[in-house]
Amino acid sequence: MKPRQQRMLALGLAAIGIAIAAAFTLRAFQDNMMFFVEISDVVAGNYPKQRNFRIGGLVVDGSVEREEGSMDLRFRVTDMACEIPVSYVGVLPDLFREGQGVVAHGRLGEEGVFVADKILAKHDENYMAPEVAESLAKHVENKTAPLRDGVSECNPNDS
Amino acid sequence: MIPEIGQFALILALSLAICQAVLPLIGAHRNDAAMMGVARTAATGQFVFVAISFACLTWAFVTSDFSVLYVANHSQLSLPTVYKISAVWGAHEGSLLMWILILSAWTLAVSRFSSGLPEAFAARVIGVLGLLSIGFLLFALLTSNPFERLIPAAADGADLNPLLQDPGLAIHPPLLYIGYVGFSVAFAFAIAAMLTGDLDQRTAKWTRQWTTLAWLFLTLGIMLGSWWAYYELGWGGWWFWDPVENASFMPWLIGTALIHSLAVTERRGLFKSWTLLLAITAFSLSLLGTFLVRSGIIVSVHAFATDPTRGFFILSFLGIVVIGALALFAWRGPSLDSDAGFGLLSRETFLLLNNVLLVVATALVLMGTLAPLVIEMMDGSKISIGPPWFEVAFLVPTIPLVLLMGLGMNTAWRKQEPSSWLAVLRIPAIAAVLLGVLLPLMFYGRVSLMLAVGCLAAFWIIATSLVQPIRSLRRKEGAAVITRSALGMSVAHLGMGLFVLGVTITSAFNIEADRALTPGESIEVGAFEFEMRELRDVEGPNYSAIEAVVEIRRDGEYVATVRPQKRQYLVQQNWMTEAGIYATWNRDLFVALGDQLGNGAWSVRVQYKPMIRFIWFGAIVMALGGLIAVSDRRYRVKATKAEKVSGTAPEAA
Amino acid sequence: MARYIALLVAAVILLGFLWFGLLRGDPRALPSPYIGKPAPLFVLPTLKDQSKTVGSADMAGKFTLVNVWATWCVQCRAEHQFLMDLAAEGSIPIYGINWRDTRPEALRWLQQLGDPYVASGFDADGVVGIDWGVYGAPESFLVSADGVVLFKQLGPLSWDIWERDFVPLMADGGASQ
Repeated sequence: MKPRQQRMLALGLAAIGIAIAAAFTLRAFQDNMMFFVEISDVVAGNYPKQRNFRIGGLVVDGSVEREEGSMDLRFRVTDMACEIPVSYVGVLPDLFREGQGVVAHGRLGEEGVFVADKILAKHDENYMAPEVAESLAKHVENKTAPLRDGVSECNPNDS
Repeated sequence: MIPEIGQFALILALSLAICQAVLPLIGAHRNDAAMMGVARTAATGQFVFVAISFACLTWAFVTSDFSVLYVANHSQLSLPTVYKISAVWGAHEGSLLMWILILSAWTLAVSRFSSGLPEAFAARVIGVLGLLSIGFLLFALLTSNPFERLIPAAADGADLNPLLQDPGLAIHPPLLYIGYVGFSVAFAFAIAAMLTGDLDQRTAKWTRQWTTLAWLFLTLGIMLGSWWAYYELGWGGWWFWDPVENASFMPWLIGTALIHSLAVTERRGLFKSWTLLLAITAFSLSLLGTFLVRSGIIVSVHAFATDPTRGFFILSFLGIVVIGALALFAWRGPSLDSDAGFGLLSRETFLLLNNVLLVVATALVLMGTLAPLVIEMMDGSKISIGPPWFEVAFLVPTIPLVLLMGLGMNTAWRKQEPSSWLAVLRIPAIAAVLLGVLLPLMFYGRVSLMLAVGCLAAFWIIATSLVQPIRSLRRKEGAAVITRSALGMSVAHLGMGLFVLGVTITSAFNIEADRALTPGESIEVGAFEFEMRELRDVEGPNYSAIEAVVEIRRDGEYVATVRPQKRQYLVQQNWMTEAGIYATWNRDLFVALGDQLGNGAWSVRVQYKPMIRFIWFGAIVMALGGLIAVSDRRYRVKATKAEKVSGTAPEAA
Repeated sequence: MARYIALLVAAVILLGFLWFGLLRGDPRALPSPYIGKPAPLFVLPTLKDQSKTVGSADMAGKFTLVNVWATWCVQCRAEHQFLMDLAAEGSIPIYGINWRDTRPEALRWLQQLGDPYVASGFDADGVVGIDWGVYGAPESFLVSADGVVLFKQLGPLSWDIWERDFVPLMADGGASQ
C-alpha cells in the first residue's frame, strides 16, 4: 500500500470506531439525563415515570422527623404552592437546614413519597440552586405562609 | 497607600504589555531589529510591575487591611497567616491577578530561554504573549479590580470560605494556573509559526519542551484538586465530573494530545497543521474553562461569584482569540501540510490514533458539560448529566487508548518490522494477562469483566513502559543509553499504568457504609472494625468542633485511631466535615461524621478504599516523567549548535 | 481549505451559542413575581426597640427601598457602604428587614458599620422574608408610593445598578402620579 492509502485506511478504521462509540455514548446519554421537575408538577402527576429525577424547594420548617438515633429521615419540601414528603437514609450535606433550599435526586415511591438517594443543599450560604429559586418564584404568589402552617391551597393544575 | 501602588503598578504593567505586544510584532513584520529588541525588555518590565501589584495585594492580606473590599470579603483577623496568604487567590479578583502574574512569569521565562530561536520568531512569540497579557490586564482593571476600597474600613473581615482553609487548596490553584497559562506559550508558538509561515522541526522541539512543562504542572494541579476534593469535601469521592473539574480536564486531554502530536512534528516533520490546531485548542479550552467558571453560565459547586459583565468580557476575549487564531489557521494552515508518508505499522500511526482518541474523549467531556445548557436553551427543560454517564462515555475512547499506548511506545518510527515487534511485546503481554487476572483474584478474591479489563490494561501499560528502560540497563558495552526524553515517556506512561490500576481497584473493591453510631458502638467494614470510643469538643483557632475518636482494629488487633471532626467556623457559621483518614500505600480507611441523630448517636460514613493512593501517586509519576523529558539535554545542545550556525543570537543563558 | 473554514464556522457557532447563554442572563437573577404588584403587607418589631413596630403603614405615600440583610451574609457587608452613601444622599428612605439573624449581632453590625435604615424590622424566623419571596440575602425591593413593587435586586446593590435599574423607574413613577 502507498502511504496515502495506508493513511486513508487508518482514518477509515478510526471513523468506524468513532461511529460505534458515538452511538453507544448517545444512548447512555439519554439514559443518564436527569430532569428537574417542579414539585407542583410531581403532585399533578407530571413526572418521568420509571426513572430518576430531581426535585427542589425549601425544606418546610418543623417538618424534619427522624427516629431518635436512626438514620432514617423524613421531611417535606415545598415550592411555595405544593409540598411533597421526602424520605432519605444516609448522611446529610453540611448545609442542609430547615427553611433552606434543597435539591433531591431520586424517584417517586409509594403513596407519593419521594425516595431520595442523594440530597444536595445550597452551594453557598447566600444563594440557592437557580432551578429551585425559579420554581419558587413561580409559585410564591399563591401561598399563605406555607412554611408554618402547611400548604393550604395546592392547585398544581393552575401553574 | 499600598493598595493604590498595587493598582498603579497594574496600570503600568498594562502599558508595558502594549509595548511588548505591538512593537515586536510590527518589528518582526518589517524585520526591524530595534523594534524586536523591545520584546525582552518590555516582558521583564511587565513581570516586575505585575509582581509588585501582587505583592501589594498580599501585603494587604497579611496586614489585614480591611479597607480593601476584596480583603474584607475574604479574610479575617484570626485567620492563620498561611491562609491569609492563600486567601489572595481564594476568590475571583485575586486569582485573576495570580493568573496575570503567572502569564507574565511564563513570558519572562520564554524571553530568557529563547535565545536559540530566530530573533523574529522569538519576537512574535513574546508579542503574542503580550497581546494575551493586555486582555487579562484589561479584564482585571475594568471588571475585577482587587484593590477596590471599602471606606470606612470594616472592623473585621468576612473570613475565607472554610472549604479553602486547607493546605491542599492553598497550592492547588497556583499549580493549576501555571498549567493553564503555560498552554498560552504553546498558543503563542503556534501563532508565531503561522505568521512566519513555517513550523520547522527545531521550533517544534522548543514548543514541545514548553508544552510538557505546562502539562506537568497542570497534571499536578488537577491531581491536587482531586485529592483535596477527596478529603475536604468530606465524602470520599476523588472525581465528580463537575463542570469546573471538566474545565481543567479538557485542556489536559488536549495538551496530552498536543505533546504527542508535537513528537511527530519534531521527529518527522508531519502533522504540522494538526499540531497547530491542537495548540490553539488547548489554550482556547483553558479560556473556555475560565469563562465557564467565572461567568456563572453554568452552576457548579465551586464556581466563583457571578457577574455577567465578566462573562461578556471573557467571552469576547475568547472569541477574539479563537476566531483570530482559526482565521489565521485557515489562511496559513493548508500550506503547512506535508506529504511525507509512514507505514501503517509505525509509531506515527499509533500517535495519530492517540490523538484521535484523546480528541474524542475531550469532545465527550465538552458535550456532557455543555449539554444541560444546550437543552435548557432549546426546550427549557432543566436536566443534569450525572457522573454515571461520564464514567461510561469516557471509557469508550480510553480503553482502546490505554491498550494502544503499550503498542505505540514500543513501535519504531516510519515502519516497524512485525516479527521483531511481536518478539518485544510477547513478554509484557503475557505478564499483563497473568497479573491482570490473577492479582485481583489473589488479593481480593474475585474478578469480573471490567475489573479484568482494567487490571489487564494497567499491567499492560506498566510492563510495556518498562521495556525500554530495562533494555537500556541490560545494554551491551558501548550501546546508546536511553535518552532522557524516552525515559520521560516511559516514566509518564508508567504513571498512567499506576493510575489506571488505582482507579480500577478502588472502584471495584471500595466498601462504603453509612451507619448510626453512639460512643462504644462499632461497625465492621470488610476486615476492619471501627469503634467510636468517644465524642468530644475541640477548639481551633477560628472554629469549634466536635471530634469523634474512632479506633480501627483488624481481627481484634489495633491498627490506628482517626479523629474525624465536624467543625463550625465562627465567622461564617458554616459547618464543615473534616474526614479522619488513615492511609497506607495500599489502602485508605476513611471516617466522616454526618449528623447528630439524637440519643447521643451520630451518622457516620466509613469507607475502605483500596489502592486509592495509586490514583494520585500515578499522576505524580506522570508529572515526574514530564520533568525528566523536559530536562533532556538534547534540547539545549541543539540550541547552542543552532546559535553557532546562525551567529546572530546573543550568548545563551 | 473548506475543512479549515468549517472549523472556523463551528467555533463561531459555539461562541454565539455561549453568547446567547449569557444573554439569557445570570441564572440567579430571577424575576420577582411581585414586580408590578402590591408589596405584601407586613408588620415587624423593630430591631432597636422590640416594643415598636415597623411595617407597610410606615412606608405608604413615598418611594421606599426595602433591603433584606443579615450579619451572616458576606455580600451584605460589601453592599453596606453603598446603603450608607444612599442614605446620606437622602433621595429615598431605606427600610431594612433583618432576616434570619440574631438581635445582638445585628445591633453590633449597625453600631460598627453605621445604620442607613429609617428602621429595620427584625424577622428572626424569616416569615416576612417568605411573604416577600426572599431567596437569600441581600435583596432589595423598590416600592412605589402606592405600595407597588417596581423592581427587585438579588444580590448586593451598587451605584451602577442603582443608576441603571432604580433611578429611571423612580423618574417614571413620579411622572405618572
